[in-house]
Amino acid sequence: MDGLRDKAAIIGIGETEYSKNSGRTELALACEAITRACDDAGVPVDEIDGLVRFDYDAIDEVTLTSHLGLRNLRWMSHTGYGGTGGNAVVVHAAAAIAAGLADTVVCYRALNERSGRRYGQADFRALLEGGGQQSFQAPWGMLAPVHQFGQFASRHMIEYGTTSRQFGEVAVTLRRHASMNPRAMMRTPITIVDHQSSRMIAAPLRLFDCCIESDGACAVIVTSADRARGFRHPPAWIMGAAQGSGSRAQGIVFRESLAVAESEHTARDVYRSAGVGPDEIDAVMIYDHFTPFVIISLEAYGFCPRGEGGPFVEGGRIAFDGELPVNTHGGNHSEAYIHGLPHVIEAVRQLRGTSTAQVDRVELVLSCSSVAQLSAAVILRKD
Amino acid sequence: MPAPVPDLDTQPFWDGCEQERFLVPTCGSCGARRWPPGPMCPVCRSTATEWLESSGRGSVYSFLVVHHPVNPVLLDQVPYVVAMIELEEGIRVVGNVEDCDPDSVHTGMQVEVVFERHEEGMLIPNFRAASWS
Repeated sequence: MDGLRDKAAIIGIGETEYSKNSGRTELALACEAITRACDDAGVPVDEIDGLVRFDYDAIDEVTLTSHLGLRNLRWMSHTGYGGTGGNAVVVHAAAAIAAGLADTVVCYRALNERSGRRYGQADFRALLEGGGQQSFQAPWGMLAPVHQFGQFASRHMIEYGTTSRQFGEVAVTLRRHASMNPRAMMRTPITIVDHQSSRMIAAPLRLFDCCIESDGACAVIVTSADRARGFRHPPAWIMGAAQGSGSRAQGIVFRESLAVAESEHTARDVYRSAGVGPDEIDAVMIYDHFTPFVIISLEAYGFCPRGEGGPFVEGGRIAFDGELPVNTHGGNHSEAYIHGLPHVIEAVRQLRGTSTAQVDRVELVLSCSSVAQLSAAVILRKD
Repeated sequence: MPAPVPDLDTQPFWDGCEQERFLVPTCGSCGARRWPPGPMCPVCRSTATEWLESSGRGSVYSFLVVHHPVNPVLLDQVPYVVAMIELEEGIRVVGNVEDCDPDSVHTGMQVEVVFERHEEGMLIPNFRAASWS
């Protein structure tokens, strides 16, 4: 299980502007984010010999490598499922490097999700092209992610007494972090009253429980341990990495329990991989497509017992100046929705000491995505 | 709402609906019930499938009241309830809870299957408050 420990490190991070309308193709966004990540590291683009893309990304490897002019590609892969990719791309990169398949791997995500196909809206034809379980959801109006993931919110409230105000505590904290981040799309602070008066989308979930929709791209550069030093920034070591699925789950909602995320499995594996436990983690980046998933993930990754995530997030505990800082960039909720890869970038910033909501004394950061089917996580360590 | 698209694995279920029967895919070898329908028993990996007729009785496991129309055609359909319904046979399926005030829906609420004609012609199952409760 410790086969990936400190075998690779993140040496470069790059982002485009995040906006409601980029006015550019996803290909153009990807090229900009990747070249920025190379510049950040001080690595020539020609040194990239590995590429990992999200399964949902609209740009195929051949198109991207042609336009970027990559000449030395030795290895490529792509990751599922959906938002799991935010961390799974880094798991893949570390595994390829540890196996000697590549030395310098780029992981990227580019999407015009606000100006193009919006995840928060439902194109009936596109929905059913997926076939399979959609025919057992869409005819009853289970059409968008909020209708599926919202069932978890409902069930968590039923089983554990979690409240909408506790979801609001998450929203207020994430917005506070975004208000300090000039890259963030939503920077106006909100209060619990604002959250409680925001309109119902799918009760119990309100507007401020849902992440935003964005255009933009970002990328990270991962390289091997023997090359990781001597670039522009100290390396962020990939101390642990894991992905997987622990139970039978289909179509997000067809699973044994809708009160727990598909992460307890991955949590165990990522801690074992890194050789540390939750007590040693200084900050956490959580895939926050909907606020209840911050609560559910904190439980899954062992920061509080199952069912106690609601009370745990109260009182500013997850703020950058609190006991366990979460999503110090503002997350999907308020910075931008680039499918969770900005969470890894923020973890690197925390370790470099360059976050806009910098946490005091950070040695280890966990970044995780729990999207109810597959999950993935990495633990990054300061040099 | 979008109409279902049957395939070779699910056709027997939709055929059952045409006779107003809710058929639960059941393993012909170990008896495990599964949902949604698929080609193999995920417990024992048998490909023998039997179609057991559900009693049509179930209860609400989780539910949302959808207020925001995610597609313009839903403007006159919101608010509607989308729920996970646990059938007596042990599987959990998606449905609406119809013919009642959305705010009266609650977890554990007893519901029963009804069949309704989709605008594209096929019969599909749905749920309403149980007549016996």
